[in-house]
Amino acid sequence: MNISRRFFMKTSAVAVGGAVSAKAGTAKAESRSRAPADPFGCLVDLTQCVGCRKCEQACNEVNHLPEPKVAFDDSRVLDCKRRPDQNAFTVVNRYYPGKKDEQNRLIPAYAKIQCMHCQDPACVSACIVGALTKQENGAVIYDKSKCIGCRYCMVACPFGIPAYEYDQPFTPEVRKCTYCFERISKEGGKPGCASVCPVEAITFGKRDTVLALAKDKIKKDPGRYINKVYGEEEVGGASWMYISEHPFEKLGFLTLPKKPLPTLPETIQHTMFKFLWAPITLFAALAGGMWVFNRRQMTGEDISEERGADNE
Amino acid sequence: MSNHAQPRPINSPFWTPGVFVMLAFMAAAAPFILARYIKGLGFVTNLTDIYPWGLWIGVDVASGVALAAGGFTTAALAHIFGRHHYEAVTRPALLTAMLGYTFVAVGLFVDIGRSWAIWKPAIFWQPNSVLFEVAMCVMIYLTVLYIEFFPIVAERFRGRFPMVDSLDKIINKLMWVFIILGVVLSCMHQSGLGSLMLIAPTKLHPLWYTPILPLLFLTSAISLGYPMVVVETIIATSSLKLDREMDVLGPLTRITLLLLGIYGGLKIGDMLVRGTYVYLWDGSAQSFAFMTEMLLGVIIPWCMLWIPKVRKTPGLLFTAAAMVVGGVVLNRINVFIVGYQPPFAQHSYYPAIGEILVTVGLVATIMFLYRLAVTFLPVLSARRKEA
Repeated sequence: MNISRRFFMKTSAVAVGGAVSAKAGTAKAESRSRAPADPFGCLVDLTQCVGCRKCEQACNEVNHLPEPKVAFDDSRVLDCKRRPDQNAFTVVNRYYPGKKDEQNRLIPAYAKIQCMHCQDPACVSACIVGALTKQENGAVIYDKSKCIGCRYCMVACPFGIPAYEYDQPFTPEVRKCTYCFERISKEGGKPGCASVCPVEAITFGKRDTVLALAKDKIKKDPGRYINKVYGEEEVGGASWMYISEHPFEKLGFLTLPKKPLPTLPETIQHTMFKFLWAPITLFAALAGGMWVFNRRQMTGEDISEERGADNE
Repeated sequence: MSNHAQPRPINSPFWTPGVFVMLAFMAAAAPFILARYIKGLGFVTNLTDIYPWGLWIGVDVASGVALAAGGFTTAALAHIFGRHHYEAVTRPALLTAMLGYTFVAVGLFVDIGRSWAIWKPAIFWQPNSVLFEVAMCVMIYLTVLYIEFFPIVAERFRGRFPMVDSLDKIINKLMWVFIILGVVLSCMHQSGLGSLMLIAPTKLHPLWYTPILPLLFLTSAISLGYPMVVVETIIATSSLKLDREMDVLGPLTRITLLLLGIYGGLKIGDMLVRGTYVYLWDGSAQSFAFMTEMLLGVIIPWCMLWIPKVRKTPGLLFTAAAMVVGGVVLNRINVFIVGYQPPFAQHSYYPAIGEILVTVGLVATIMFLYRLAVTFLPVLSARRKEA
């Protein structure tokens, strides 16, 4: 990856005006993380989740979402895998990762999904107008007054989270978990789902604190947990993190790179357009070329003769 | 230069059967555009939360921008590098670029959810966003294209409106600025368009996801420029029964040998460096699409163009050039649609009939307006064929 990036920088610099000299230190000019220093975090202990869907219900009420077709206490919805959508910012899915009980029946495991509130969110970097922003408290929130509905955030999100109101002809919104931004902005406030969970599978607090708690739990009970905190490093880390007794890929979690996704496009973008050096250099080079070529022609060298070669 | 008359209006009858066919396609698209503004995007498209971008972005926007590359590549050749011999094709290429970009904007207007907010990126700057860079360049370049086209309109109405004449004089004095600006902006956003997918490394198939995607988009757009001019000139001259201008088109495609060679070399080199050739033989739709793109769009036409006979025979030249054009269009479709493999997809995206008809309707509108423009404005300089 590194080799080919340097290769790109070099070749594109040549392509865009030949000003290679300015490119010597590009590998270091990598765009830095803009992650907030001390955000909130949520830790989901999947070994505790019983799939009761109370978190879904709380989310529905807190965010004033429309009533679902199937009631929240109806567990039949768990029979198929669902995704968060415009009317449900969080959903719980059921998996059978392979463990069996005494009667040889598969033991279910549950996983709640919602916006991960990444530390360096791809959606925020992608958004053409800055309608999506990462807040100091960790929430990635959406401002519909800026949104133009281009849906690039949805292309960018590695978790496939933002949903869209495809049935709205003029004022569709991008919809996703808000981290209950209003609630957590108040002293002692918690997200709806975290405050309601009857088995306390969701722990809300400062990200550093809940991450330490996660590692502590794993350390104290290595038989119960696999040694991984999902969300600690994925795409640069997220505000939502998970611990589990099953490998995460068996619970619908994606295997993702550790590097924040905005790094590559932003590095290229900021390197090429710093002080607009590349376009200005190209403009100057072309203007110089234009002057030289057209002057030469005026002094009598008939360039149009060159084409003769092909006409034979 | 003696082969060519000055550019002038065609003066053929406008209402031909072809024009009515275009009108029919335009009429077919209209109800779907209307429906999109009454019932929402979901009503006329197959777009979902998993596939937020479809045919309109892949073809109307991404391919449309690439196909307009004839405008800046011929301008660079004829005006900047002083190959004035090629001036015969700069005006039609400029017209194509202007119409192409106008319809990129129209396509976006239909595709984005909040069409009334399309101006907002000009106010709410978000310079980390690749899309912001692309949008700004396209917006400015569209303006530049209109300015560049203005003298052609002014020429038609010369002496009738003093205001137009004096504006024309000012523009002509500054024309060199706009010409260079057009090339710079094109380079910026053609590559920017390729950077769009860099944010989605886990979604774009490895055959297309590469850090040099911006460079590939830029070089492919540049190598597409002259073949596109060939295609449109041959279509226009045959349908208007004009001289084919082979003395311009043949040499143009000789330059394409170099440009397309660079693009093909980068593409194959990138594949070797990243080791993605392992995906070539896995029998997936993506491997098939990639092979088609490379073989039919790059390698075969490149080999064809080496043969002097191909460059001199209108039919063969048209075939080779059309393959290059088709190859780049397929590349954009592959990057934005075929190669886009998001997780959690239940089934793959295929455009709805409404999406297809709107795209066809927009293309028909471009051709209709092209026909309208060359009929009444001094765009084409080819001579009428001696019957």
